[in-house]
Amino acid sequence: MKVGVVVFPGSNSDVDSLQAVEAVTGRAARAIWHKETSLGDVDVVILPGGFAHGDYLRAGAIARFSPIIPAVERFARDGGTVAGFCNGFQVLTEMHLLPGALVRNAGLRFRSELVRLRVENARTRFTSAYEEGEVVRFPIAHGEGNYVASPETLDRLEADGRVVFRYVDAEGRATPRGNPNGSARNIAGIVNEEGNVLGLMPHPERAWSRLIGSDDGRRLFESLLAYCSEAASSPTPASLQAIPSSSAGGGLARSPRNPSGSLRDPHAGRVHPGSAAS
Amino acid sequence: MNRSAAPETAAHHELAPAPAQRFPVTPELVEEHGLLPEEYARIVELLGREPNFTELGVFSVMWSEHCGYKNSRRLLKRLPTGGPHVLQGPGENAGVVDVGGGWAVAMKIESHNHPSAVEPYQGAATGVGGILRDVFTMGARPIAVLDSLRFGPIEDGAPNAVRNRYLFEGVVRGVGDYGNCVGIPTVGGETVFEPCYSGNPLVNAMAVGILRREALVRGRAAGEGNPVFAVGASTGRDGIHGCSLLASAELDETSLANRPTVQVGDPFTEKLLLEATLEVIAAGAAVGVQDMGAAGLTSSSAEMAARAGSGIEIDLARVHLREPGMTPYEILLSESQERMLMVAHEERADEVRAILAKWDLPCSEIGRVTSDGVWRVLLEGEPVCEIPVRALVDEAPAYERETREPPYLTALRAAPAPVVSLSPDEALLRLLASPNVASRRWVFRQYDQSVRGNTVAGPGGDAAILRLPGTPGGIALTVDCNARHVYLNPRRGAALAVAEAARNLSCVGARPLAVTDCLNFGNPYNPDVAYQFAEAVEGIREACLALGTPVVSGNVSFYNESPAGPIWPTPTIGMLGALERLERRVASGFQAEGDGVLLLGADATDTAGSEYENAICGVARGDAPPLDLALEKRLQDLLLALAGEGLLGSAHDCSEGGLAVALAEACFAEESAFGLESALPDGRAGAEALFGEAPSRVVISCNPAVADEVARRAGTARVPCRRLGRVGAPGGRFRIEGVVDRPVEELREAWESGLPRIMDRAG
Repeated sequence: MKVGVVVFPGSNSDVDSLQAVEAVTGRAARAIWHKETSLGDVDVVILPGGFAHGDYLRAGAIARFSPIIPAVERFARDGGTVAGFCNGFQVLTEMHLLPGALVRNAGLRFRSELVRLRVENARTRFTSAYEEGEVVRFPIAHGEGNYVASPETLDRLEADGRVVFRYVDAEGRATPRGNPNGSARNIAGIVNEEGNVLGLMPHPERAWSRLIGSDDGRRLFESLLAYCSEAASSPTPASLQAIPSSSAGGGLARSPRNPSGSLRDPHAGRVHPGSAAS
Repeated sequence: MNRSAAPETAAHHELAPAPAQRFPVTPELVEEHGLLPEEYARIVELLGREPNFTELGVFSVMWSEHCGYKNSRRLLKRLPTGGPHVLQGPGENAGVVDVGGGWAVAMKIESHNHPSAVEPYQGAATGVGGILRDVFTMGARPIAVLDSLRFGPIEDGAPNAVRNRYLFEGVVRGVGDYGNCVGIPTVGGETVFEPCYSGNPLVNAMAVGILRREALVRGRAAGEGNPVFAVGASTGRDGIHGCSLLASAELDETSLANRPTVQVGDPFTEKLLLEATLEVIAAGAAVGVQDMGAAGLTSSSAEMAARAGSGIEIDLARVHLREPGMTPYEILLSESQERMLMVAHEERADEVRAILAKWDLPCSEIGRVTSDGVWRVLLEGEPVCEIPVRALVDEAPAYERETREPPYLTALRAAPAPVVSLSPDEALLRLLASPNVASRRWVFRQYDQSVRGNTVAGPGGDAAILRLPGTPGGIALTVDCNARHVYLNPRRGAALAVAEAARNLSCVGARPLAVTDCLNFGNPYNPDVAYQFAEAVEGIREACLALGTPVVSGNVSFYNESPAGPIWPTPTIGMLGALERLERRVASGFQAEGDGVLLLGADATDTAGSEYENAICGVARGDAPPLDLALEKRLQDLLLALAGEGLLGSAHDCSEGGLAVALAEACFAEESAFGLESALPDGRAGAEALFGEAPSRVVISCNPAVADEVARRAGTARVPCRRLGRVGAPGGRFRIEGVVDRPVEELREAWESGLPRIMDRAG
């Protein structure tokens, strides 16, 4: 699996993503400077946490105009795997690759702690190594992580199974007590319709070892590794491959016509032609 | 390279004419600059002539308390600064210590008290920014920040509670926003509330960076002809005389008018500076780098030349400016944030420019290194200042102030113990919820603790632990001071602060290595304060010598007074320790039901000077508790030996609130609170045994199977050891026989809600 981590000048969790990828996959990821215009040969692109351009205006608002962004956009539209953690999630919503927005935490203060997340969909390429419904622990560290979207968008995300992680309390329930930032419906992470772009406010890349608090994030990278090796063994280049070729989690509804696998309503007309290339 | 080329970046505005001759230097002007008549006479003697207006401003900042340490320098020489681990002691931007595995750690603590008193958010933020720059100019990658904060009381009904809460809220937000944005985790600290800090809060920030031993760079302007660059933010009119007027005088009712001398922080530019500076250093293109901090361009250029024994020549017309019409005086004394002075190898200058361009950072080549020992400032080639470097840096006056043992000391030592009507059980509940003891989660939850993936133990334990990449080991960090003890006995109190910091490191299994100290005191011209300072320095010296922890860097902050008087003497001790193997680290909280609970160290026999008397009765009286440094050393060596063999389940220092609070905190530290079944040594159940703050005591837990072995080791090490009981069931009762018996969750709730109850109320 070849991973590229986009480095904006104010990225600061880029080092965490680079570390996590190497720790889990044994292979170094490549840092891609934001002034580059090509991603090079990569299977997975990570938009890391931080304050991309200082974010004095609005988190991610300027990052979307970085020179590398058109390449990320093309890569995503072609079905390439893109994950945005924390600030990366904010950038993905600013790029309109993911719906909704991340606004100021409900408590108006920055929140940094280890939180509990329930895996809501283990049939994505990002989560196949988790059990659906299991509770994992990742750190959060953000001031603007309060996910908002219109009720219709939220309903559709839910109906499509695109809510991938949800904040939960110690009992595993999605209660206000378990919600650190006021996110609508306790949403912590979502995928796009095609299932190839993930935005996640907590930091799986800071949870790759018990030594630093949790190793629950490892399986996110292991899921990607499994996805990429399967894709590599199929004839289509991974970067064009949006279709997992075998079942990594139970109950998959994946087919060439339903590339994300998890979509109850595939919105077939919305799938970019490139993502169904095979 | 073309030295006479026009400035390279940014808009260079028209400059105002040099005002040197416009303002004659009069005795009034000298006094306005905070210089004494005899100091002015010395300047004339050193120059062999009268200084011009700009030169007067330059001397006033370089000889100010803040830059010149004129009232502390002689005493500070008493501190031990060397040792086998020390790669760089005081006198540089930061101290540097060898921590093994090829790694070195750069560390420094600094105060930003007065700016934070005037503008808490920006004051605290720029305090963090400044201390980070001191660390990365050494070539070290910052990996951790700690903060030591002190405010007046915040509870309803306390005088100035509303303003104190505003200061507390703003400072925490400022520390957090800056560190969070730059991407440096804040991993530890302390927060204390006392009436003496009302109106003069203390904001001490400590930064820690790592570097490969061989990559160390010093702030030196060496090599005749080498180019000098001003890098980063443009130079504006902000912060002029911040160090000489705001930091080197007492706060009074007019201080808020000084708000324009507080700088505004830009953490994004700081992040760019950090990355670009480390890239330039890694490329080997830099000779030396220094932050343009206090006294800005003046002190950075003069100090870099002084360290290298060279001279320096800069032309102010080439500095990139924020606004037009700035005079040489203003350019030299500006304290605009996020600026660096960088000296490059002549043949590598283009590389430096390319790296800075990559990070979109403005840079101007403003001058060159010379060999004549003169600090020469030009304006479009015309001389503005010409001062021997040594006169500015090495010839700054040094005084030993008159001291007097403050009369309050004898009065307080004779004061009788207050009568407490609360039962021990109610007192414990009250203490746990009190602002000085309650959980600090409200504070540190606003700090990113996990960025960079090195944080093994963040805030909340005895010390923070960070891993050292590529090694099995790590470092531990803490910052401590019980200022009440220093107030009651300056020498012993300061030694107690050093002992506690070292003990906290030993508790987590780290060997204490080095100290960075931030000495916060009142006005040194007050003989009482001068006494406190001299005694505290002596106390630090004694403890550092006994515990083998040299002082490698530090900062002195005088004039911490409000109209109500001086603050309590507060020598904040930041300390670094090393762990050879992280798997042998020790937790602060109990680990398993049924584990044996023991107390290492002697019993407390007095509640004088304790948080108990303060929280329940509002009293600070008596003497600081006695300290036996030899016992302290034996205790810490024992802890390290036990930790090294994996015999300890947990270890937690007894400090504020004494044994009872330490036991409760050890129950809370894990996610689900453990109960406790215990009895006090010899059945003693008085307040002194529960809440007394005798030092050199640690609550440990261990597997019951090794409890005998632990007790035997303690005996061999001549460290008193008592069995207190056992860890109870999660969610069970917290029992100390005959005195406390409550559900542990009730205690935990009181402790957890202490700060939120005050700070998060609606309305």
